[in-house]
Amino acid sequence: MALTSTKQALVSGKLPGKLPGDLPGETASDTQSLLHKRFRLGETFIQGFLFVCGAISILTTIGILYVLGHESLLFFRNPDVSLLEFFTGTKWQPAILEFGILPLFNATLITSAIALLVALPLGLSAAVYLSEYATPRTRGVLKPILEILAGIPTVVYGYFALSFMTPLLRTLFGADTVEIYNTASAGLVMGILILPLVTSMSEDALSAVPGSLREAAYALGATKLETAVKVVVPAALSGITAAFIIAASRAIGETMIVAIAAGAGPSFTLNPFRAAETMTGHIVRISGGDLSYDSIDYNSIFAIGLMLFFMTLTLNLISNRIVRRFREVYE
Amino acid sequence: MNFISPIFTHTQVQQCLVDTPAAAGNCAIETHDLTIYYGDFCAVRDINLHVELRKITAFIGPSGCGKSTVLRAFNRMNDLIPSARVEGAVLFGGQNIYAPTVDAVEVRRRVGMVFQKPNPFPKSIYENVAWGARINGYRGNLDELVERTLRHAALWDEVKDKLQQSALALSGGQQQRLCIARAIAIEPEIILMDEPASALDPIATLRIEELMRTLAQDYTIIVVTHNMQQAARVSDYTAFFMVDENRAGYMVEQGHTREIFTNPKDKRTEDYITGRFG
Ligand SMILES: Nc1ncnc2c1ncn2[C@@H]1O[C@H](COP(=O)(O)OP(=O)(O)OP(=O)(O)O)[C@@H](O)[C@H]1O
Ligand SMILES: [Mg+2]
Repeated sequence: MALTSTKQALVSGKLPGKLPGDLPGETASDTQSLLHKRFRLGETFIQGFLFVCGAISILTTIGILYVLGHESLLFFRNPDVSLLEFFTGTKWQPAILEFGILPLFNATLITSAIALLVALPLGLSAAVYLSEYATPRTRGVLKPILEILAGIPTVVYGYFALSFMTPLLRTLFGADTVEIYNTASAGLVMGILILPLVTSMSEDALSAVPGSLREAAYALGATKLETAVKVVVPAALSGITAAFIIAASRAIGETMIVAIAAGAGPSFTLNPFRAAETMTGHIVRISGGDLSYDSIDYNSIFAIGLMLFFMTLTLNLISNRIVRRFREVYE
Repeated sequence: MNFISPIFTHTQVQQCLVDTPAAAGNCAIETHDLTIYYGDFCAVRDINLHVELRKITAFIGPSGCGKSTVLRAFNRMNDLIPSARVEGAVLFGGQNIYAPTVDAVEVRRRVGMVFQKPNPFPKSIYENVAWGARINGYRGNLDELVERTLRHAALWDEVKDKLQQSALALSGGQQQRLCIARAIAIEPEIILMDEPASALDPIATLRIEELMRTLAQDYTIIVVTHNMQQAARVSDYTAFFMVDENRAGYMVEQGHTREIFTNPKDKRTEDYITGRFG
C-alpha cells in the first residue's frame, strides 16, 4: 500500500499506457507514467470471482462439518445414549433406544474388505500390464474403457449386484446359504466399481518410475517379470499404497450398491452371505423414511455420518502423507 | 525382432582374428558388418570391430555417431527399443548373440552395463549389490558377496557402516561406483560403460577411472567417452566413430590407444583428436 502512494506521487498526470517512442518528444516523466498502476476491470472481476468460488467450497465444508458436529452432539448429549454403548454395543435398534454402532461398522468393514480383496490384486495386475507389458496401442484402447467403467452410475452397479451377482452366488453356493440381500454380492460389485480407480492410480505410480531403473534391471539379466515385480512395483510402492487407501476410503463411503444389495437392517454377523446394513446404507434408509427432525433417530444418523467422516478423513490423510513421501523417492 | 542366423563359423572367426592387428590377444567381442536401424533410419552401418579380452576399449567420436547404439548392441539392450533392428553379427565368445537360439536375458547376465547417469535402485546399498545375484539364483553367502564386491569396487570403506541405508543417500560418484559394484556382483565377462563419469566431478571421475584400471585385470571393459584425456588415460584400445552425410555412424579406425592418439592412420581421426572438428 505504501508503494502505491509512492508510485502515485511519481506519476505525472499523463495518460497511462503510452509506449515510449510513440511520440517523438517524450520526456522522463512520460516514461514514469508507464509505471502507473492501471485498473484492469477484467482482472479484478476474475480475482473476485475466483475468491468467491474458493470461499464457497470452504464455507460449505465448514457448514457440513458444523451440521454433522451439531446434530451428533445433540445425539451424544441425549441421556438415552452412552458413548461406551455407542462404540461397543452390538445392537442398533433406535426403536428400543439401542445405539451400538458395531453392526453397521462391521457390515461396512466386510463390504469394503471384500471390495478391496477384489480390486487390489486385479487393479494392480491390470496396472502392471498396462504400464509394463501393453503396447501403446493396447493401452490407448484399454484406458478409455476403464474410464467408461468408472463413469457408470453406482445405482447401475447396485442393480447389477442384486440381479446378477446375487443370483450367481446363490447358484454357486446354494440358495440356502446365500440370502437375497448379502454383503458378499455388494462387496464384489463394489470391487468392480473401485477397480478403475485402483488401476489408474497404480498405473500412474508405475509409469512414474524412471526407465533408467528398468534398464538397470534388464542389464543385470532380469526378465520382464522380474523387472516389473522386483524393481518397478517396489519403487512405486508408496504410490500404489496411496491408491489402495483412496480406494478403501471410496469403498467405505460407497452408498448406492450397499443400499440396494447388502441388506436393509442392521445385523451383527461375520457371514458375508447374510444380509447386513452398512453405515452408509443405514443412513440412506433412515433418511428416506419419515423422520421427525428432533427425534433421536434423526440425530443418530449424523453421529454415524461423523464416524464415516473421521474414517475417510484418516485414510485420506494417511494417503496424502504417503504420496508426499513418494514424490521424493527417486531424488 | 529380426534375428540373424549364425552365419559365421568358427573358422571364419579364427580368420578374422588373424587378420586383425590385435590377433595375438583374445577377442572378447567382435562385430561383423553390424548395422543398426531405428525404424528406417540407419544409425550405424557396417561396423567391423573387435574388443580385446581383459582390456579397456574406448569408443570415441562426435555426438550422434552411434557409440551408444553400438555399445547397447553388445548386450542386446536395443531389443528394448521397439523400433531398433540389428543386422550383421556380434560375436561373443565366438557365438553370434543375435542368433535365434540365443536368449537375450542370458546375454545380459554375461555382459553387464553401467549407465551415464547413476541409476541405483531405490533400495538399500546392500540390496543394490545383492539384487542381481539373487535373481540369478546365487547360492553362496550373500553377505560375503556384497562385501567382496564392494571392496572390489573400492566402495567398501565408505559404506560398510551404512549398508542398510538407501543407496539414494550416496553422492553421485558413490552411486556410480555402487552401480559398477552392482554390475560386477553377477560376475559378467564384459562390462559396458556409457559415459560413466560424465555426470561426475573431476575427483569422482578419477576414482572411477582408477576403478576401471583395477577391474580391467578381471574384466573386459568397453567405455564410451567424450573426454579425450579420459580415453587416453584409461584405455588400452580406442575405436573412433564418425557420421557420414546420411547421419549414419561408422567406424573410422581402431587400434592401440597410444597409436590412435599419437599416430592416427586416418586424417579424420587426427582432426577429431586435435579438436579440429566434431
Ligand atoms: N531410441 C532411438 N530411436 C530413434 N533414434 C535413435 C534412438 N536412439 C538413438 N537414436 C539415433 O541414433 C543415432 C546414434 O545415437 P547414439 O545415441 O548411439 O549416439 P552417440 O554416439 O551415443 O551420441 P552421444 O555421444 O551424444 O551419446 C542418433 O542419430 C540418434 O538420434
Ligand atoms: Mg551416447
